[in-house]
Amino acid sequence: MEDAYHAFLTQTELPQEAGTEGGILSGIRVAVKDNISTKGIETTCASKILKQYIPPYDATAVAKLKAAGAVIAGKTNMDEFGMGSTTENSAFGPALNPRDITRATGGSSGGSAAAVAGGLVPMALGSDTGGSIRCPAAWCGIVGLKPSYGRVSRFGLIAYANSFEQIGPMAANVSDCAKLFSVITGGDKKDSTSVDKPYDFAGLNPGIKGKVIGVPKEYFAEGVDPEVKETVKAAISCLESLGAVIKEVSIPSMKYALAAYYVTCTCEASSNLDRFDGVRYGEIAPEMNLPWHDAYTKVRTAGFGPEVRRRILLGTFALSAGYYGKYYVKARYARQKIAKEFAEVLTGCDMLAGPTMPNTAPKLGELMKNPLEMYQADILTVPANIAGIPAISVPCGTVRGLPVGLQLMGRMYDEETILNAALAFEEANK
Amino acid sequence: MTGDDFQVIIGLEVHCQLNTKTKLFCSCSADFRADAPNTHVCPVCLGLPGALPVLNKKAVMYALKVAKALNCTIPEEGEFCRKNYFYPDLVKAYQITMGDDPLAVGGYIEIEDDAGNPKVVNLTRIHVEEDPGRLVHMGNKERGYYTLVDYNRSGIPLIEMVTEPELSSPKEARRLLNKLRATLEYLDVFDPEKEGSLRVDANISIKGHERVEIKNISSYKGVEKALTFEITRQKNLIRRGGEIVRETRHFQEGKGTTTSARSKETANDYRYFPEPDLPVIRVADWLKDITLPELPDARRDRFMQQYGIAASHARTLTGDLKLAEFYETIAKEGAAIAASWTADVLIGELNYRDMAVSEVSGHAAEFAELIALVRDKKITDKAGIEVLRVWLDAIHKEGKCEKPAEIVTRLGLTRESGESFRGIVEAILEKNPQAVADHKAGKKGALNFIVGQVMKETKGKSDPREIHAMISEILGE
Amino acid sequence: MITEEEVRHISALADITVPENELKSFTESFNAILGYFDILDTLEIEGKLERRLVNVFREDEPTESLSQEDALKNSHEPEDGYIRAPKVI
Repeated sequence: MEDAYHAFLTQTELPQEAGTEGGILSGIRVAVKDNISTKGIETTCASKILKQYIPPYDATAVAKLKAAGAVIAGKTNMDEFGMGSTTENSAFGPALNPRDITRATGGSSGGSAAAVAGGLVPMALGSDTGGSIRCPAAWCGIVGLKPSYGRVSRFGLIAYANSFEQIGPMAANVSDCAKLFSVITGGDKKDSTSVDKPYDFAGLNPGIKGKVIGVPKEYFAEGVDPEVKETVKAAISCLESLGAVIKEVSIPSMKYALAAYYVTCTCEASSNLDRFDGVRYGEIAPEMNLPWHDAYTKVRTAGFGPEVRRRILLGTFALSAGYYGKYYVKARYARQKIAKEFAEVLTGCDMLAGPTMPNTAPKLGELMKNPLEMYQADILTVPANIAGIPAISVPCGTVRGLPVGLQLMGRMYDEETILNAALAFEEANK
Repeated sequence: MTGDDFQVIIGLEVHCQLNTKTKLFCSCSADFRADAPNTHVCPVCLGLPGALPVLNKKAVMYALKVAKALNCTIPEEGEFCRKNYFYPDLVKAYQITMGDDPLAVGGYIEIEDDAGNPKVVNLTRIHVEEDPGRLVHMGNKERGYYTLVDYNRSGIPLIEMVTEPELSSPKEARRLLNKLRATLEYLDVFDPEKEGSLRVDANISIKGHERVEIKNISSYKGVEKALTFEITRQKNLIRRGGEIVRETRHFQEGKGTTTSARSKETANDYRYFPEPDLPVIRVADWLKDITLPELPDARRDRFMQQYGIAASHARTLTGDLKLAEFYETIAKEGAAIAASWTADVLIGELNYRDMAVSEVSGHAAEFAELIALVRDKKITDKAGIEVLRVWLDAIHKEGKCEKPAEIVTRLGLTRESGESFRGIVEAILEKNPQAVADHKAGKKGALNFIVGQVMKETKGKSDPREIHAMISEILGE
Repeated sequence: MITEEEVRHISALADITVPENELKSFTESFNAILGYFDILDTLEIEGKLERRLVNVFREDEPTESLSQEDALKNSHEPEDGYIRAPKVI
């Protein structure tokens, strides 16, 4: 298929597996982010270091897709190992935003978002570590759900930051998103952090009446584009007009969120990515006659892109002797504090609402100049990953012609409520 | 300072492979030793991207059993963590192990010190961790070196038991290891006969000086040798006014020496942090449901009481589970003679042949028959040993052997009465007038020489006490 | 503040080279990010860590491993069933 947006790294079009004709996804073409293992199909995480790596096994989510009758359309572009918010950190070149090809798709699941927004596939799997599904969903104008931590198996998802990430569905509309979600949920004996809470697609309905929606004031703070704020506030008013009760709330510990997130994810990433040494897999072979550290250093320096190298080094530093207590331990308690505050706020509300991203899609290259600025773009998505709660981004209008996402965050393991609310919103704005 | 002022301080870290059916974090079979390289691997133990660990419940149960037997305390929560370092045997570049929150803390092991007095050695902790793969070093100077790796061992469950630095000599260290090995074997969580199933790191220092770590000693004997070498090295260095450097050293099994691990390895900074892929374990209350089998000390005491055998025999026999079981099946032939023939004779002959007790476990009835032959004076002790050797050689080579009685018959070793040898005795006395004279002059040893000559001539079929009496009689004493 | 020397040490620990000509700018951006992390210093550590899940195990029952062919197929020049790696002696 023609891929004008560089959404795909590999196109496969595998035939539907025999005996799955009655499946809920029978014959539906689904794209899969390239950090999700697919048996027999190159899986690179958009990194040179994993080029030519052919997994001998399927991720649980992929096995479930196949069992439901889906056709794996291909592997989608992404920021290398999921590290980035624009898909410009792909070693194989950025994906382009179908709404404006001079702009970034968002990331890291930018290829999946572009494939859906560009009409190449009706749905796709992404993964969300700190906003990687919701950010490109918002910027490309599609629906994307980050599941509650544990509700979808991570087995086969190539780890970036284990504590935060989940595989999740991306689709052009809420119903397809929910349908795909229902296929990939459920406990998995191969993932010790998974929980057996399947989602029932038949329960999807546009229910919003009487639901209490908390609006955290931190989601409308300085740094959020005023026009984005207005658009999202209008969306929240729409929900109110549909029968929701709106309530202002506050989550003061959000001030720790970005630091806690980036400390934890760089620490975990540094450890996760140390296995990439070229010995067991990967295109670049180590020089076998060199001492192992020297051989590995050559492979790793050549194989990782600059942002990945930066995050590995940050994490290595934060875990090194003398700094572990200052960074990792503090971040661990900050995570707990943030999670508790979200849980408390969500006892008085059914869900929280705010913008997904503080801005609309930037021009290609715009966010690449300053890593810290790139990190700060994640401020509104990261908290849901820290709290482990589900969060969905649903299109809610445009600013200067570019899509804006409304983010709804639910209680732990309660995707049902936010999917129903998103559906109600979508139907009201058809 | 004289040599006697040096006080030796030793602490051990003992790694034991648990004999579970599967690996620690995946369902690959742990029974890999007879198989081709890289045939017991999966995405998890090969460290493939995206694979996740799932903890083997049996491994935790086994470790708890050990903890209970060694009198440890189980903290409320145990947490796995990652120990990060690069090495080709380590697939993920981190080992999943336990850090600040191990499975068990405290505990102790009772041994004897070098004077034979009871001594309690305290344990710091016990934790569970995964074994790395196995490396084979290849290449040569001209064409360069490289490494080949077999990941079949990757992910085999280990327990690491750490003692306080309370051991005072290499012999104590050896005794502690023997005790530990026996205990683990009795608990049926460990197979000491599997190659590399027990490995030791030893910390050793002379009081007042820096500590040296000796890594990865893979045999029981090696520990004593390595420590003895290291103590001598350190003492000599101090005597010459040198300074002990805090370092890691490797034991060279062949040479019996230790050498400094001078590598370009960056100073150890393992960057431990909690393993995010594994929930914590809370297993303290499992302890009460674990029933321990009879352990070596209890069995030793029972042997002394039930069979009335000497403490030293009882200790030897119970120091190895298979040996203790072997003894119990043959004790009916006579507890004392069975103990002596097992602990004093059989063990020596097995060690000489590098045989394991398990190789004769299935042949206890034959060994019992041999003891009965000796007990009933059908053959002499000397002939008994000869039969034993023939019997063991056959088992060692062919895995089976004819019955002892058949060996006796075949080799003509049946004990004969002294009278049938009178001619031989008289001939030997005639041939050795000097010895006879020496004996008459009261020279000790002369008589033994003559008896020895007779024994030789009669091929062990004669009883030395009878020959003794006969010589005295002939010489008119 | 992290120094260029510390960045060199960290890069040795991580087996990743930071080229000498990039060391200065790299250290600067590193410090900007670390400065942002300092907000964690204001956090008081309180309470015990809560656990979402505890005691997740599997039974000790073997399942089939990968074939040797699959185990080796992504590696470089395997030899006699072994995976080839750089020298360690």
